[in-house]
Amino acid sequence: MTNPQLPIYLDYLATTPVDDRVLQKMIEHMTLDGHFGNPASRSHSFGWSAEKAVDAARNNVAALINADPREIVWTSGATESDNLGIKGAAHFYQKKGKHIVTLKTEHKAVLDTCRQLQREGFEVDYLEPMENGLLDMKEFKKTLREDTVLVSIMHVNNEIGVIQDIGAIGEITREKGIIFHVDAAQSAGKIPIDLQALKVDLMSFSAHKIYGPKGIGALYVRRKPRVRLEAQMHGGGHERGMRSGTLATHQIVGMGEAFRIANEEMQQDHERILALRDRLWDGMKGIEEVYINGDIDNRVAGNLNISFNFIEGESLIMALKDIALSSGSACTSASLEPSYVLRALGRNDELAHSSLRFSIGRFTTEADIDYTIELVKKSVTRLRDLSPLWEMHKEGVDLDSVEWAVH
Amino acid sequence: MAYGNKVLDHYENPRNVGSMDKQDPAVGTGMVGAPACGDVMKLQIKVNEQGVIEDAKFKTYGCGSAIASSSLLTEWVRGRTLDEAKEIKNSQIAEELSLPPVKIHCSVLAEDAIKAAISDFEKKNG
Repeated sequence: MTNPQLPIYLDYLATTPVDDRVLQKMIEHMTLDGHFGNPASRSHSFGWSAEKAVDAARNNVAALINADPREIVWTSGATESDNLGIKGAAHFYQKKGKHIVTLKTEHKAVLDTCRQLQREGFEVDYLEPMENGLLDMKEFKKTLREDTVLVSIMHVNNEIGVIQDIGAIGEITREKGIIFHVDAAQSAGKIPIDLQALKVDLMSFSAHKIYGPKGIGALYVRRKPRVRLEAQMHGGGHERGMRSGTLATHQIVGMGEAFRIANEEMQQDHERILALRDRLWDGMKGIEEVYINGDIDNRVAGNLNISFNFIEGESLIMALKDIALSSGSACTSASLEPSYVLRALGRNDELAHSSLRFSIGRFTTEADIDYTIELVKKSVTRLRDLSPLWEMHKEGVDLDSVEWAVH
Repeated sequence: MAYGNKVLDHYENPRNVGSMDKQDPAVGTGMVGAPACGDVMKLQIKVNEQGVIEDAKFKTYGCGSAIASSSLLTEWVRGRTLDEAKEIKNSQIAEELSLPPVKIHCSVLAEDAIKAAISDFEKKNG
């Protein structure tokens, strides 16, 4: 076994390193000897060459998702795209109705945007997912009303990696004339997206989740049938008035290159990453009392979210100090609340506190995975020897029957 | 979250991990916290006829600071009388381990654990 380079990065769903090919393109669009111009400058070649670079990037982004380049609006990232799509559509169509439907396991950029709309007088239903993390289509249909104007359901969940059936959801929303927004920050470049086939009206993207730079994203805004938005950022009327602000050429070029590479290499990346994830799970599934969170089949390849029962997640992360990953444990969040996503699946608090998210990406190696398996096994044994809950479990005590002093 | 060296030391080399016989009249057991809150501490003390804690063992489910707080506590109570052990305050533990404000509850739990263990022992021998 070759030794991996430490520390090992297994947090690819949080962010990814920029691909060298992406960086190279970006560098060419910043300095005096590069294309540094303002793409909005129409009166000289500096502006024209920057505009050309932005157009090429727009084509690359559109190509990955089979959309028209004119449907791409640059933003600062998926959070801004979610805000622009949801608030923009809700404000524009509010005369039609003020009811919005979303899912409890959405990213905070969607949930908090919906909360803001509630403060403005909109009504929002936050649906419980099924135990496997997927949307319950029956419940969903029942929740839609005459005055529902917007549905926002993410494509791939950032914590548990489950893939929602946005094709089926889109059929329902389109038939009812409801705008359908999808946060695709975690799916673009990892699973195929065909916006000619999908009946999605608005879709949010981020560059840094697929080896592009941070600080740049896009919102897809459908042209046919046309979707309209009220701008959230006002100014020079860039991006057809939907998002003003000088275009960040180097960032846009970076996103374009990242999406171009993803388009070419998605299949091979997928196969390699899936094989690594299977290797990771095969190595750990023999440990007693481990549970996968979220549906295992409808799941993006790079994600493995596991609860190690009777061990608190943060203490496990401490033991895995040479491995960078994240936990659903309360102790790793500022709020001291365990993962709201796992709780929404109906996982009890212990399992939510005990969860780790492993996320695998383009630069993960077999040696990384093998090292991780060995360290996890060793650490789980050590921490269970320390755990009074494990001891009780081994003595046959049903922990649910114990009266705990909740503090 | 970055930890202080003392927390890391106790986490990596926890002192006095283990269990003693709960039924033994010389043993007092305190179990505090709740799995739902992310931390549970079990602290056991063995008290001799002079009322001195001659041994202490712990097991903790919780974050690094919770493990370190209980590990430190077992070191501190050994050799103390019950009355002296009752004097241990969470603030002393927090100070010794340089716990950040969000981890103060770990030291509170440790103080609760020694109080609960002493009270269990006194009930048995009351």
